[in-house]
Amino acid sequence: MAQDKKSGSALGERLRENGMLLALVAIVALFSILLAQQGKTFLQPQNITNIFLQNGHVIILALGMLLVIVAGHIDLSVGSVAAFTGAVAAYLTVKLGWPFYVVIPATLVVGGCIGAIQGYWVAFWRIPSFIVTLAGMMVFRGATMWMLGGQNIGPFPKEFQAISSGFLPDLTGMDKPHGLTVILVVLAIGAQFWLGFRARARDAEFGIEAEPMALFMGRTALIAAATGFVGYQLAYLKGLPNVLVVLIVLTVLYAFFTENTTMGRRIYAVGGNEKAAKLSGIRSDRLVFACFVNMGVLAALAGMMVTARLNSATPKAGTGFELDAIASVFIGGASMTGGSGKIVGVVIGALIMGVMNMGMSIMGIGIDYQQMIKGLVLLAAVIFDVYNKAK
Amino acid sequence: MTALLEMRGITKVFPGVRALDNVSLTVQPGEIHAICGENGAGKSTLMKVLSGVYPFGSYEGDIIYDGETLACRNIRDSEARGIIIIHQELALVPLLSIAENLFLGNEVAKNGVINWGEAYQRTEGLLKKVGLNELPTTKVEKLGVGKQQLIEIAKALAKDVRLLILDEPTAALQENDSQKLLDLMLELKAQGVTQIIISHKLNEISRVADRITVIRDGASVSTMDKHEITEDRIIRDMVGRDMAHRYPERVSNVGETLMEVANWSVWHPEQADRQIIKDVSLNVKKGEIVGIAGLMGTGRTELAMSIFGRSYGKGHKGSVKMHGKEVDVSTVTKAVRAGISYVTEDRKGLGLILEEPIVKNVTLANLPGVSLRGVLDKRRETRVAEGYRKQLAIRTPGVQQKVMNLSGGNQQKVVLSKWLFTNPEVLILDEPTRGIDVGAKFEIYTIMKELAEQGRSIVMISSEMPELLGMCDRIYVMNEGRIVGELGRDEASQEKIMALILKGEGKAA
Repeated sequence: MAQDKKSGSALGERLRENGMLLALVAIVALFSILLAQQGKTFLQPQNITNIFLQNGHVIILALGMLLVIVAGHIDLSVGSVAAFTGAVAAYLTVKLGWPFYVVIPATLVVGGCIGAIQGYWVAFWRIPSFIVTLAGMMVFRGATMWMLGGQNIGPFPKEFQAISSGFLPDLTGMDKPHGLTVILVVLAIGAQFWLGFRARARDAEFGIEAEPMALFMGRTALIAAATGFVGYQLAYLKGLPNVLVVLIVLTVLYAFFTENTTMGRRIYAVGGNEKAAKLSGIRSDRLVFACFVNMGVLAALAGMMVTARLNSATPKAGTGFELDAIASVFIGGASMTGGSGKIVGVVIGALIMGVMNMGMSIMGIGIDYQQMIKGLVLLAAVIFDVYNKAK
Repeated sequence: MTALLEMRGITKVFPGVRALDNVSLTVQPGEIHAICGENGAGKSTLMKVLSGVYPFGSYEGDIIYDGETLACRNIRDSEARGIIIIHQELALVPLLSIAENLFLGNEVAKNGVINWGEAYQRTEGLLKKVGLNELPTTKVEKLGVGKQQLIEIAKALAKDVRLLILDEPTAALQENDSQKLLDLMLELKAQGVTQIIISHKLNEISRVADRITVIRDGASVSTMDKHEITEDRIIRDMVGRDMAHRYPERVSNVGETLMEVANWSVWHPEQADRQIIKDVSLNVKKGEIVGIAGLMGTGRTELAMSIFGRSYGKGHKGSVKMHGKEVDVSTVTKAVRAGISYVTEDRKGLGLILEEPIVKNVTLANLPGVSLRGVLDKRRETRVAEGYRKQLAIRTPGVQQKVMNLSGGNQQKVVLSKWLFTNPEVLILDEPTRGIDVGAKFEIYTIMKELAEQGRSIVMISSEMPELLGMCDRIYVMNEGRIVGELGRDEASQEKIMALILKGEGKAA
């Protein structure tokens, strides 16, 4: 693509986002074709629902992980923390019989406290986050086993399971298709166009070189079509899963937080150049601390989601989650040194991982090859970034 | 006698800057040759050309060494010829032993296996030569700076040095360590090692040097023999340039006293007993441009940063008053609220987030100014940045441009914008024109003039005396953490400033 020198940076970033999106589409298309040859349909309602149900926790962890990585740190403990908080939720629900509306906030608080403890050492004592959270990874894995006594705890009451396996009730009473889902999907498509045009207008006002109209329309139409397709499929199955609703709300919230709030901006500044940020009056230690607390809360949410889906807390739960989350963040375009990365990119990165997991599983590709392929995709995404920057 | 080293017509050009312009230097075998010059005069660049840091072909001119043309591609090449440079920042590995450091990269080894017996034996011999009574196995971190300096020299001797270059070797040393080092230099000279010393300290130079070359503005000004050396002549040669840059005409309109710093003392952040700022008192009036002169490392930046939210040092003592009332400057935010802003000398390291666009850098120190209850108003933010782009003439296609793509002068304007947006009454500018070209310098001066005319006060820290003389109403001279003099606009001259600095140095030593 011909790039005007002065607008190169802005367009280059867009190019990357579009590239990610294209990669996601290409991967979906690839699996559709490969599975069609095996006589299976990839894009059927159950699979689409499952992509979100089975990968929701990765997206949630990746949202928090992005903030941690943007601030210039890393959290290796999230898998263990998710397992531990899942076990806490199971203990409170099954052993103590607490109702779900108490268990959920209580577990989130536990997650926040764990994040606070780790964040305290990282932010105020300046102990490398790699070490603190590596310790946390071991400690909370052990704590999970201790809490569960080496056994599974379950099953859960229906209300708690609904965190992961529930669907939004159809308030319109249409049932097939699911009326509320249809309404929300139409609204979402409308919002995409409206927000897209508004952003374009704002870019023009700010003197940011806009991408070509055709590209903008093409992309927005593609996303709208995808939204419509997924919505249509879901509406004819059971409607919107609760997990998806939580994911969308959190994604919008975090995207707004990172791009439109002073605190979000300051976190990027700390990761971009901590000394300059400090000399601009920014309390970097407090922000890093906050990022870890947030990570802990999200890990607890992810932990409950997984526990609810499996309908039991197990000592092995959450193994490798941290790696999926970190991989999603880097596939999504964040920089290892901090200071850059976008929520949208991270969500697309997590979806790429999720689609690959699901597609390869349906195809019957062994876990051995799956790991190798995922590893290579991560490497390729980062090499692509580095190459782009070096150009 | 044929010269050991002859550098002829050396010219080295960096993008936008002519660092060396037709410099010549001749060093006779067995002499100690001193090079003098202001900060930024080109001394270090010249030594980097000589030692191959800037490889052959990246500069113009000839280097004749030992009768043949020297064409070094890197430091290894020059070291192979016996040219060894000891930089001001020591290049030792603190956690390795003396012996390991001495032979680093040059190990006493056969097929990659180190012969420790021989290494220790040779280490002992080298330590004896430099007069250091330490075990070869002692870790370098256990030694003081003075001894580390001697280790560096021993390291050079381990490589069969013929021409030893010492870049401000005594800058970090105590008096008696300095004396030891100078004695060692004389001893090495007796053993036939030719040496070049870069130094500001006239008493040292006159003690050890046989000849001295003064460099000014990237050109060699004069070379004198020992008997010709006088303090006055060196000072005159170091500073006696024409006013190369012009300064905007300004009518100073100085008002009431605005900021007063009294008995300000600060200690080193790690070495609690090392006092960096010693009982400094100064004042700044409304609409006044006050200069702080002094050589690098005399505590000017540390003074400014410690006042600005205790961004440097520990154990701060003293008071800061604004409008006659004592203010709390214990954090950056509080200092900004009190009306003080500080524009760093280290633009890239401390001033900017290079990967971010202009607009985000401009508002960083005052995000509440473009937000409502923590939510950014990007429209307002862009307007603010656009405003400064026009006001300070930042040359860029738009405020969304990443600052890493801007030239030094424009980057400096972005940092200035950031601090102007905090609406300071006192703006401390630390080396505001360092590393930017002459045209951009004039623009920065013009901005300073306008700010002063608006009634803001400016403290200008600079190593370039002409710009202090051209811009300031009053100049404080600092040396070794103290204010050693104060000169009004009419009485100030480069000679007087240099004399205060050099005499102050002598006194402190």
